[in-house]
Amino acid sequence: MTGRAGSRLLAGQHDPVDDPGRAAGHRRFSVPRLVAIALVVVAVALISDQAMGATGLLGDNTLVAQAGRSFGARFLNTVVDGLVVGLIIALTSVGLSLIFGVTGLVNFAHGELVTFGAVVAWFLNAGTWGFQVALPVATVLAVVAGSVFGAGLEKGIFGPLRRRKVPNISLIVTTIGLSLVVRHVILIWFGSGTQKYRDYATQVAKDYGPISITDVKLAIIIVSLLVLALVGLLLMKTKLGKAMRAVRDNRDLAEASGIDVRKVILATWMGGAALAALGGVFQGIGFAGVSWDLGFKLLLLMFAGVILGGLGTAFGAMVGGILIGVVTQVSSLWLSTEFKLVIAFAALIIVLLVRPQGILGKKERVG
Amino acid sequence: MDFDIVRSFVDAMRSAFGTSAVLFALAGVGLNVMFGYTGLLNFGHVGSLLVGGYGTAITVNLGGPLWLGILIGITAAVLLGLLYGLPTVRLREDYLAIVTIAAAEILRLLTRSSALEPLTQGVFGIQKFADNFYDLNPFPRGSYGVWRITWDANTLWAIVVGWLLVALCVWLVWMLTRAPWGRVLKAIREDEDAARSLGKNVFGYKLQSLAIGGAIGALAGVFFAVQSQSVNPDSFQPIFTFLAYAVVILGGPGRALGPVVGSILFWFLLSFTEAVLRQAVSAGFIPDWLLTAQEVAAVRWILVGLGLMLLITFRPQGLLGSREETLIDAR
Amino acid sequence: MPADVFADVQPVPGVAKPDPVLVVDGVNRHFGGLVAVDIDHLEVQRGTITGLIGPNGAGKTTLFNLLTGFDTPNGGTWSFSGNDLVGLPAYRVARLGMVRTFQLTKALMKLTVMDNMKLGATGQSGEKVFGALLPWRWREKEKEIEARAEVLLERFTLAHMRDELAGTLSGGQRKLLELARALMVEPTLIMLDEPMAGVNPALTESLLVHIKALRDEGMSVVFIEHDMDVIMDISDWILVMAEGKLIAEGGPADVAANPAVIDAYLGEHHGEAATPENEVVESEGEDGDG
Repeated sequence: MTGRAGSRLLAGQHDPVDDPGRAAGHRRFSVPRLVAIALVVVAVALISDQAMGATGLLGDNTLVAQAGRSFGARFLNTVVDGLVVGLIIALTSVGLSLIFGVTGLVNFAHGELVTFGAVVAWFLNAGTWGFQVALPVATVLAVVAGSVFGAGLEKGIFGPLRRRKVPNISLIVTTIGLSLVVRHVILIWFGSGTQKYRDYATQVAKDYGPISITDVKLAIIIVSLLVLALVGLLLMKTKLGKAMRAVRDNRDLAEASGIDVRKVILATWMGGAALAALGGVFQGIGFAGVSWDLGFKLLLLMFAGVILGGLGTAFGAMVGGILIGVVTQVSSLWLSTEFKLVIAFAALIIVLLVRPQGILGKKERVG
Repeated sequence: MDFDIVRSFVDAMRSAFGTSAVLFALAGVGLNVMFGYTGLLNFGHVGSLLVGGYGTAITVNLGGPLWLGILIGITAAVLLGLLYGLPTVRLREDYLAIVTIAAAEILRLLTRSSALEPLTQGVFGIQKFADNFYDLNPFPRGSYGVWRITWDANTLWAIVVGWLLVALCVWLVWMLTRAPWGRVLKAIREDEDAARSLGKNVFGYKLQSLAIGGAIGALAGVFFAVQSQSVNPDSFQPIFTFLAYAVVILGGPGRALGPVVGSILFWFLLSFTEAVLRQAVSAGFIPDWLLTAQEVAAVRWILVGLGLMLLITFRPQGLLGSREETLIDAR
Repeated sequence: MPADVFADVQPVPGVAKPDPVLVVDGVNRHFGGLVAVDIDHLEVQRGTITGLIGPNGAGKTTLFNLLTGFDTPNGGTWSFSGNDLVGLPAYRVARLGMVRTFQLTKALMKLTVMDNMKLGATGQSGEKVFGALLPWRWREKEKEIEARAEVLLERFTLAHMRDELAGTLSGGQRKLLELARALMVEPTLIMLDEPMAGVNPALTESLLVHIKALRDEGMSVVFIEHDMDVIMDISDWILVMAEGKLIAEGGPADVAANPAVIDAYLGEHHGEAATPENEVVESEGEDGDG
């Protein structure tokens, strides 16, 4: 019986378990639902546009630069910008979501994994350590370093704590402590200033029809899409990916059917941390530059994306992250940029009210 | 500069009984109701303080009396507690943590925004609205205290009122939690399904816990605002909540006096380490390449983080908790 | 006495009872595409011990969860003593007098045995937030509750442990405590999810005596159990589930002779050694424990 159930899981089907502990994924992709949400967002934005009128709430530089262009062009460019933000959030949140799915841990220190990647790449690129590495190579090295860091956290902290059966609430508090420690170690190590990467420091936007975009941002879009597609493929097709999903859906069952759960968890941490590091480098290149709290500032956006998509599912994190990026960016066409984060967090709370399992999540037992 | 351990000790003592300790004791008592007794992971506790502080400041600023401001602040925090709870209390504890931290950030960003500037005065915040409080100060001008641990008259007035408030709140929490009401809360903390199967309305109790915890948090915010005569959005960063957790966990979650002991000890340790480190750096005991004076503040946070991790893992019952309870955990 | 009640009841699934305390109609629960529970009609006779059996994954615990408000069915209606329970939250179900226990005991480890007991009591004004601030009003009731708890603890041989934390009890004692605590709610129907699991034989014997005594006091008992000897010994009536459906019911003798029941069990264990590990994994997974 057990063997049969295990192979059923490995074949990618779902067991009938209704596990209240995990908002496990249900990969029924609902296009109408996504469209409906997008329509609502646009409608709200249009209404607030009229309500705000020309009260001069627009304060974004990019918007000022675009002031001479038609609304359509501005809209398109903002969407593209939002896509860059969203892809970065998607990259960073896949790990957050997968680690939750596989271990049940909500990692409030995930932002620090993001910062770690950005900072390591910066040091390599700046030549602080006696050798200077081109940014693409530095990025690859930072991703490797990130996954080693992730493995270290699992081996050194969270694995042992799990085996001690430390309650979930205590684990979350532990991640808060960890976040404080890592963030401030990075602060001492990296300094409190914001630094640009040596490579690609100045960029000129090129026009592609109505869209104007810098080469670096274009590269971020392409690489992120490729990496996310690759992650999706790995999860769907490889033995490891299937094992991850099996562990997420029912840990005991997975273990009983011969899956090495510890190895799967370690791999999830390594993969998730690597993606976080990559997202961190991209954030540093594409936006504000590198700073000691770069990841912490992204953390709540990641949570918003993850919850929007459905906590515990990689695909949910991707879709949710991209949506959050685009929606917040597009909102700045009508609302002051101060409200970008407010909108993202409000979206998070509204999603929990109407559909706590997220867009792609399975209905969770409630009450 | 000379290395003066006595001065570090005096600084630490002043801190341990001063306004910061009062603030965190109050905030901790509120958090303890939610986290310590009910097991609710509210990571947006600082939002209650913001609402309390701003409620007071804005009301007075618009010409209202101080007492009305305080009332408005506390009422708003009760509503905020309910707002936190309604969407999330039925879900796993993680969701509450995420939503509350996000909601508190929304509040902070809104008070910061230019759109609400007429009300909140944006990033500059509101100042000088609690003269009425200091008009009531019975202490004549001068310096008060024991040995070298002294405060000026106004600070002493704030501290005295503050510790009285702490005592009042601790008494309230103690009354509530030794009663059958508290028994239900503790049952929910341990296993809410068990409480449900015995006919307890878990949802209602959690909302009550969030409302009461939020109200006490708001009182902490009021104290902070009135004592410093100023509110500023960036005083209400998420890290405040995390420090409050450290205070509660240090003292002992689920113990009425825990946050008070926790806060005194927390501020003593924090100030003492900082003072000693600063002196050590400036006296040259710690070389510059290792640590500079500016980085001492960061070291403090690292220590807080480490302390949080170690305590919650190895002594989750805090200083006041019984060892017996931990032994049961280890089973 | 109870056997007489069933004299005119035919041993066929969904049969009507003379005086049902619990009536279930069309209750079903799907997880994804799989049907966990699908009951056409089911009645439980008042004042009897009704055993609920079935192979692992039959949906017994899920049915318990649905009926007691711990899970929501996809459809169907059910009522308890004439009260419609559809959509009622678990705590309201309990207050109506239909109380359940859990497969994995939920003794509140960090509360004392006595506090565990007191928690079961209803009508304590001190459990209200404003009532809590008026100790002179709740103290009287508290004494009353304590006296009631003492009697029950005595009966379940836990009186000497009254001031110990429940976490210090043995597994079997926790089962006893959970049963005693449920009785503090003063239920008219008690639903026990594997009360004998993991309990040593001596304690099983005393649990059986307790359960029979409850019935003799007029309480209705429904219980899930795997041990056939236990089932046959104390059940007045037995319900058999397989793959979410009620496949058979009847008195112990009827069920033992029913080919459908034998099929269901043989099918389950066909060609495989049921090791204890398998049991745990499956019952937790497929039934979706409390």
